[in-house]
Amino acid sequence: MVLEIDVVVIGAGPAGLCAATRAAQAGLSVVVLDEQAAPGGQIYRAVEAASAARRRILGPDYEKGLDIVAAFRRSEAKLISGATVWNVATDKLIDFSQSGQAQCVRARAVVAASGALERPSPMPGWTLPGVTTVGALQILLKSAGMVPDGVVLAGAGPLLWLVAAQLIAAGAPPLAILDTVSPRQMLAALRHLPRALRAKAYIAKGREMLAVVRASGVPVHRYVRDIRIEGNTAVEAISFKAAGGRLRIATRAVALHQGVIPNQQISRLLRCEHVWDHGQHCFRPILDENFETSEPGLYIAGDAGGIGGAKAAALQGRIVGLHLANLAGRGDPAELRAARTELARDLAIRPFLEALYAPAREILAPADGTIVCRCEEVTAGSIRTRVSVGAPGPNQVKSLIRTGMGPCQGRVCGVVVSSIIAAARQEEPERADYYRIRPPLKPIPLTELAEYPEMEFEIEAHEP
Amino acid sequence: MSSHSADLVIIGAGIHGCSAALFAALRGLSVVVIEKDSVARHASGVNAGGVRRLGRHFAELPISMRSMEIWHRIADLVGDDCGFQVAPQIKLALREEHLEQMRRRVAAMNGLGYNHETILTPGQVRAHIPGVSDQIVGAIASLEDGFAQPFQATFAIHRKARALGARFHEGLPAETVRRDDGGIWAIETAEGTFRTPNVLVAAGLWAGRFAESLGEPVPMRPYAPMMMVTTRLRPFCNAVVGAADMPLSFKQMPNGTVVIGGGRPGLPDPETNRAEATFAPLRLSARIVASLFPIMAEASIVRVWAGLEGQMADGIPVVGASCRHPGLYYAFGFSAHGFQLGPGTGEIMAELIATGHPPVDLTPLRIDRFRGLHQVA
Repeated sequence: MVLEIDVVVIGAGPAGLCAATRAAQAGLSVVVLDEQAAPGGQIYRAVEAASAARRRILGPDYEKGLDIVAAFRRSEAKLISGATVWNVATDKLIDFSQSGQAQCVRARAVVAASGALERPSPMPGWTLPGVTTVGALQILLKSAGMVPDGVVLAGAGPLLWLVAAQLIAAGAPPLAILDTVSPRQMLAALRHLPRALRAKAYIAKGREMLAVVRASGVPVHRYVRDIRIEGNTAVEAISFKAAGGRLRIATRAVALHQGVIPNQQISRLLRCEHVWDHGQHCFRPILDENFETSEPGLYIAGDAGGIGGAKAAALQGRIVGLHLANLAGRGDPAELRAARTELARDLAIRPFLEALYAPAREILAPADGTIVCRCEEVTAGSIRTRVSVGAPGPNQVKSLIRTGMGPCQGRVCGVVVSSIIAAARQEEPERADYYRIRPPLKPIPLTELAEYPEMEFEIEAHEP
Repeated sequence: MSSHSADLVIIGAGIHGCSAALFAALRGLSVVVIEKDSVARHASGVNAGGVRRLGRHFAELPISMRSMEIWHRIADLVGDDCGFQVAPQIKLALREEHLEQMRRRVAAMNGLGYNHETILTPGQVRAHIPGVSDQIVGAIASLEDGFAQPFQATFAIHRKARALGARFHEGLPAETVRRDDGGIWAIETAEGTFRTPNVLVAAGLWAGRFAESLGEPVPMRPYAPMMMVTTRLRPFCNAVVGAADMPLSFKQMPNGTVVIGGGRPGLPDPETNRAEATFAPLRLSARIVASLFPIMAEASIVRVWAGLEGQMADGIPVVGASCRHPGLYYAFGFSAHGFQLGPGTGEIMAELIATGHPPVDLTPLRIDRFRGLHQVA
């Protein structure tokens, strides 16, 4: 027998935890599936276990996760941790693996709260050993309390400055920061400043992070372009153009960042409708006011539905939980209204951040020689060549040269590949479309599949 | 001639439609192909890529043999190697009774003048598949068969047909097919009416409704064979492998990944063009593979997919002229084993349409072979 649950939540970050907590408070049966050992997601990773020293380095916003996790722990929602979800079917059968064992659970409603991914930064040398992402540095800091020595941070985005400040607080300041924000972006962002002031706390936090970096004396290079990571078998240096001409910094560690984008693997797997978000330069699923997708019963809360940050994610999760409670006849209209108002206020900062920290042009349209699909080592140029012989979209390019066919299932390269094809065909990314995502979302050992639970009904096999 | 008329209109841009367009264009016919999605969107683009004569139904053998000749010169024909590689096709026997059936099959084939199938001893099998389990007692094989990259091949055939003047209309569903009083066919679409003396219905799973509307219903059901592909493994198998009495098709690609197919069906939905993979039945495929190839214990499944295909009640396609209407032709219902037949079908249909005579006997594949049968349960 497959276990049937009212609400299955995928992901135990702020969105998933708040959705689960609120739905469980209304008496619904709730299971949360999460890949990590403890609740918190990326933003509050390991927050319950963090020492006072680690919490001091990571700052007060990280500590806010403790309240969210505690409320979840007090609810009746059940957490299945260490669980990797690798398939969600249209009948809401969810396949996952835990401790090397394939299992499944059936849901009446699914809340995918699978968060964001760092936008890849395809540039010369980005696949060399020694190159990582700023987000990966932060995971290391949160989960293991470890920091690298003498790393160069390069790119744009709030996370870049946050991690810089955290590295400084940890006593391991970065060797240098290369900021790719252009004067044009700063100007564009100014236009959104009045609205952003409605969410003043973000502006204050940003100024504080920048002040920490300035006070530390870490060299910051502004208006950086044309970045190249150099090295034969590993990183040896990073070179770039800045106001003072071409510079080169010798280093063995580089961390890149160009903001984050929704993790759309689940909404794509289920063929939900998506749009291209011109502000965020990425696809996001089309959601209604209750965060339901075009696939009935599938909800997306948090950054997986469009980037809004941790606080917005928590509010969206709560709205989904309240909506599900409402469907079960146990809603709270006043709380729902208040959550919607608070969400709108919180999101006021986004247009400013999106304009200021828009990804660098050279990242969105990499040079022909730059590798775009890391798994299969496919360059931007070879994608453009296939478009020139008539391949109409990412799926045809994928069939021809294996872009997105590796173990990452196109998670890393998908948005870049769609952008490259759309630009080459001079059409909107929405028209070029995206990879059809196939299960399993993460590779599953053949021996584990062989032990997949037996179902009551199986379709008769037919020899071709 | 207006852009909406042609000597031949083909409905469906899968491998059969594209191949027919190519060979008709080579004969100098003007050709229009109407495709509701995009070239090779369904079964033609996502199948396992086996280029197999081994084990063919006798009714399909004339097409299969002709097709094989074309596959061996496909690079010269279309200017793209289509990922085609010669490789043995081997069907394993795990029990003596299966090997005995295989011996009888080879004898029957030889009697018909076909000599490409042969019996292998366990030692000979191991020479081709060093990693095979020692449970096997022998095999039947066709050593000069092979495999190709299905999307690359169908796309290349389409490109060559296009270069020779065939006009492709993608994203354009054919709504109705009718014949006017003057004997000219009218194919209605959202972009107007296409007129032609000759129509070829090569619409795979979606062909049934055209045949039915023209008074030639056939028993065909939607079918969604599933395939899975693994992480890269060191080379251990240079054959395409099946097994007697087991739904399995197995091959290691040149890049080391292993493609596992063989008839486990997913959930087809022809209305939405979707075929959903479902994992419970794949448990059995995983078990078969693990038992036949011990090395597969190291493999992980990276991707599972299903294609949409039309499965005929008798498991063989409809290929040839309509039995009711002049100028109407069919090539569909390949029942999940049509990829190898594609180029041959295209060449045969082009000759039939151009000359009125098929170069091989298509009688067993006639559309009226089901006449007089009806559904009772």
